[in-house]
Amino acid sequence: MALLELDGLAVSYGPIKAVRDVSLTVESGEIVTVLGANGAGKSTSLQAIVGLLPIQQGSIRFDGQNIGGQTTERIVRRGLTLTPEGRHIFAPLTVEENLRIGAATRSSAEEVARQWDQMMELFPILASRKNQLAGTLSGGEQQQLAIARSLMSKPRLLLLDEPSLGLAPQVVELIFDLIRRLREMGLTILLVEQNVHQALDIADRGYVVSGGAIVLQGTAAELKVSPEVQKAYLGHA
Amino acid sequence: METLIQQCVNALSLGGTYALLALGLAVVFSVLGMINFAHGEILTITGYAVFFCLVLGVPPVLIVPLGLIAAAVTAALMERIAFRPLRGATGTTLLITSFAVSGILQVLFQNFISTRPRPVPIPNALAGALSIGPFHIGVIQTLSIVSTFLSVGLLTLFLKRTMLGIAIRAAAVDFPTTRLMGVRANRVIMTAFAISGLLAGVSGLLWIAQRGSVDPLMGFVPVLKAFIAAILGGIGNLTGAVIGGFFLGAVEIGLQALLPDSVQPFRDAISLTLVVLVLLYRPQGLFGAAHSVRP
Repeated sequence: MALLELDGLAVSYGPIKAVRDVSLTVESGEIVTVLGANGAGKSTSLQAIVGLLPIQQGSIRFDGQNIGGQTTERIVRRGLTLTPEGRHIFAPLTVEENLRIGAATRSSAEEVARQWDQMMELFPILASRKNQLAGTLSGGEQQQLAIARSLMSKPRLLLLDEPSLGLAPQVVELIFDLIRRLREMGLTILLVEQNVHQALDIADRGYVVSGGAIVLQGTAAELKVSPEVQKAYLGHA
Repeated sequence: METLIQQCVNALSLGGTYALLALGLAVVFSVLGMINFAHGEILTITGYAVFFCLVLGVPPVLIVPLGLIAAAVTAALMERIAFRPLRGATGTTLLITSFAVSGILQVLFQNFISTRPRPVPIPNALAGALSIGPFHIGVIQTLSIVSTFLSVGLLTLFLKRTMLGIAIRAAAVDFPTTRLMGVRANRVIMTAFAISGLLAGVSGLLWIAQRGSVDPLMGFVPVLKAFIAAILGGIGNLTGAVIGGFFLGAVEIGLQALLPDSVQPFRDAISLTLVVLVLLYRPQGLFGAAHSVRP
């Protein structure tokens, strides 16, 4: 049974039907990437999965349970979360406070402390800045904070929306290395990316979205050599 | 010299009352983007709670906690009954709803209690003055200043140290992302209302201790002043609300002390003109309004 299963998802964003028909699955332990142009409906789909946008049609199943129509806080408490596009860190709060609120769903102080230690190890830059206001961090540091904040809830499935957007090339490298390490630690990841090359390098499988619907799917290796992907995203004729 | 100190104490005391009310408005505004104009009725209910405690002969030590509980519960009930069903509505809709809540409560007080003021006798202990060296400072004023600073201090601790406090600050910045952390939206909003109620309760107790009576419409003027203070400080900005409250208190007391008797009737007009001038030059308020994404 797939960890996440979208079936015929349709979502409106205001008057616009941004997602018309998206069906996809993510198996436990996989990195699955969703590719597509701006406005194809990738972010909208992710926001609908975590209940930030209401779904119009279709179903969302997590771990076998239907989670469509539930509140965001209930969905997150089931063990999946989203690191949103644009990071959305709490700028006037300190790094430490940002991470503490990431663990809002957890009651055991001991477990939170263990998770905290792990985050400090995984993100040494955050350890050295924990009393700094989050808004004073650089873009790459903010992205790391946003991911660490998501991980504080110890999710089984992490949805990552454009984690490399607007970052310098060496920072992008660091973020992709991190995603690889997270998978090795047992996390399942659904990754939305514009950075098609690198996304396909680390992903097991992928989907291509266009006009709010899945137009192509396959393993990362298949997608890399597919003429459509090459033409549209990888700049080959 | 002595008058100057007395006037400073008066300014701090009046400003503190405004500051607590403005802070309550700001806490709710920061998470929900609405001005709760029924905030003044929380003050009135605190007054009636004290009035009924005295009528029923409740032991004096219980009166203050009961008054505060009445205030916090009233605020929480307002959220649950009037505002929660409108979740997702615009700030304007919520503002108009809060006018309705205010009007309904005033009519209830008038019909079920009395349209006339009810006496709340001030205990002798509060009516006196403290002598510090050559200075005489009213007990009520002292109490008012101390409770303002205590309330602001406790609120700061709560907002910095507790998970719920951090969640309220996070929700003021970006509510959807706060929910993404698994924080329950309703709990955050309910807590914000309860805090605003507690703060209104503290200022309500101080307010009636000074005027010695409670009437159905008594909440209107203080909440209007608090609204002005909150706008002055930068709406939704908590520090700004406190400083705006003290600023307004200082202006009012200053004008009262300095203006000749013949100009006194224009006191409010002059202080409001000052507010208009401040806002002309700083439309975002003295400390800048909070910008945030709502639930």
